[in-house]
Amino acid sequence: MPVWLDDFLFTYETLIHALGVHGLLALSMYCVMAVGQLSLGQAAFMGIGAYTGALLTLKLGLPFWLVLPLSALAPALVALVIGGPTLRLSGVYLAISTIALGEVLRVLYINAEGLTGGALGLSGIPRKADLWLIYLLLLLGVVGFWMVGRSKIGRAMEAMREDEAVAGVMGVNLPRYKLGALIVSSMLAGLAGCLTAHSNSFIGPNEFGFEMAVTILSFALLGGIGTPVAPVIGAMILTALPEVLRPLQDFRLVINGLIIVVAVLFLPRGVIPFRLRRAP
Amino acid sequence: MLSQQLVNGLVLGSTYALFALGFTLIFGVLRVINLTYGFYFSVGAFVALAAARELGANIWVALPLGAVAAGLVAVVADWLLLTRLRRAKAGELASLMVTLGAVLALYSLMAVFIGTDIQRFPFGFVDNSALEFGDVRISTVQILIIGTTLVLVALLFVLLQRTRLGLMIRALAENEDAARLMGINVGLTVAAVSFLSGMLGGAAGVLIGLNFNAIQPFMGEHMMLRGFAVIIIGGLGDIRGALIAGVLLGLLEVLTAGYISSNAREAVAFTILVLTLWFRPVGLFGRAQAKRA
Repeated sequence: MPVWLDDFLFTYETLIHALGVHGLLALSMYCVMAVGQLSLGQAAFMGIGAYTGALLTLKLGLPFWLVLPLSALAPALVALVIGGPTLRLSGVYLAISTIALGEVLRVLYINAEGLTGGALGLSGIPRKADLWLIYLLLLLGVVGFWMVGRSKIGRAMEAMREDEAVAGVMGVNLPRYKLGALIVSSMLAGLAGCLTAHSNSFIGPNEFGFEMAVTILSFALLGGIGTPVAPVIGAMILTALPEVLRPLQDFRLVINGLIIVVAVLFLPRGVIPFRLRRAP
Repeated sequence: MLSQQLVNGLVLGSTYALFALGFTLIFGVLRVINLTYGFYFSVGAFVALAAARELGANIWVALPLGAVAAGLVAVVADWLLLTRLRRAKAGELASLMVTLGAVLALYSLMAVFIGTDIQRFPFGFVDNSALEFGDVRISTVQILIIGTTLVLVALLFVLLQRTRLGLMIRALAENEDAARLMGINVGLTVAAVSFLSGMLGGAAGVLIGLNFNAIQPFMGEHMMLRGFAVIIIGGLGDIRGALIAGVLLGLLEVLTAGYISSNAREAVAFTILVLTLWFRPVGLFGRAQAKRA
């Protein structure tokens, strides 16, 4: 490895990790939005993955190749419990119950001190999330979504996003797609959480709350959900921006919030009915 | 001890009910889940705090000031964020997202300028004596909270049922296009609803700030969980439902804290929220509604 690259990686290691992990989070948001739903629980699912991963590594000493899939499974179970009843209803109920999920988990992490370290969080998590692993998962995610998007499933999803009632009449099994999307997205978020825990070596209860949820949404809205690559690019811009422009750092969350406002207001049909651009 | 718990639960519950009332009013009339609502709660508390500190105002001045300021903020926020979407007849999710982004920006701005330290009302802002009935103790703050809630709820009902503005609001809730055709000034009515709900949220902010005596910018965010639970349990947009569900939630929280554990208290709201969605999604008092395409 050339020296300059080594230096570069050393200086910006955290940022490069964060870029990849946030890309995964943006994909997980994309996955729910692709069926016309809005989940604000991505941060919560990420938190479940992070705590599951950290605890399995710290308390049970399981190997990382086992920890990673398990920390994708845990949020999927929660998504099943939350999503089961709420997906039968309109999207607002899902949005509300997933925001609430984030709040409750934060309180749980703080109160279950014996297990989660309470407000202090968990530290000393071994750094096992290698750079190649993060970017390999991200690549697999993008390619996977791209392939699904071009399949029969992808067309059904597009139909749902454009007009749910019509898609239902045309024989698309709406609840199954909605729940499937929510579960896949929660697994991706869980992976991202586990990777965060094993690259920062610290997690705390306040990292997976409302701010993170809105930040993840802003990734997807800045990039748009036209293709799976778009939200990933959105995530990378929003993650790199405060690093490049230091004075912005205090206003990072303000900017994320404003991006959502602007994206929703000035896209004529709102954001959910975004049209997937067909590959030429 | 049970009677004391019930009193405390009733006090807490009435603040929840007051808070959720404005939230459910917005949904019932304007058909949006307006997440900036939690911010009005913080605004109310901070304006009252500033009035108490800077002007030496007593509670009878600070409370209305906080409420009116929150109401004005609500009108401006609604106008800036939702006019455009309303005109385009965008769905509920679009408005939910706009207000979600806006509220994060607003809280964060507030945190940058005010800081996130917990602040308190000056000592002796409300006198801390208490009435005793047998072994039940009711503090002045608690009486103030219940009294204010009762008065505000009564005023809201009179306004909605007995005045011309109330009629306009009810017409708008029924059907926006029909209301416009009947010559109702929709823009004005929307502003009035925003102002009213902002005031309710702001007043709740002052009262809960007093009850716990802890004020910081993100306090509204934590409150929104209760807001969601209450309006879903009571039925989205249902005012009576919000009142009953609010009191119910307060009682349940206090009883859980008293008899199970104080940690479990925070999970109460979410648990009944999920159970309601599971078994009775229209809320306790809601009727099934035809789904609008």
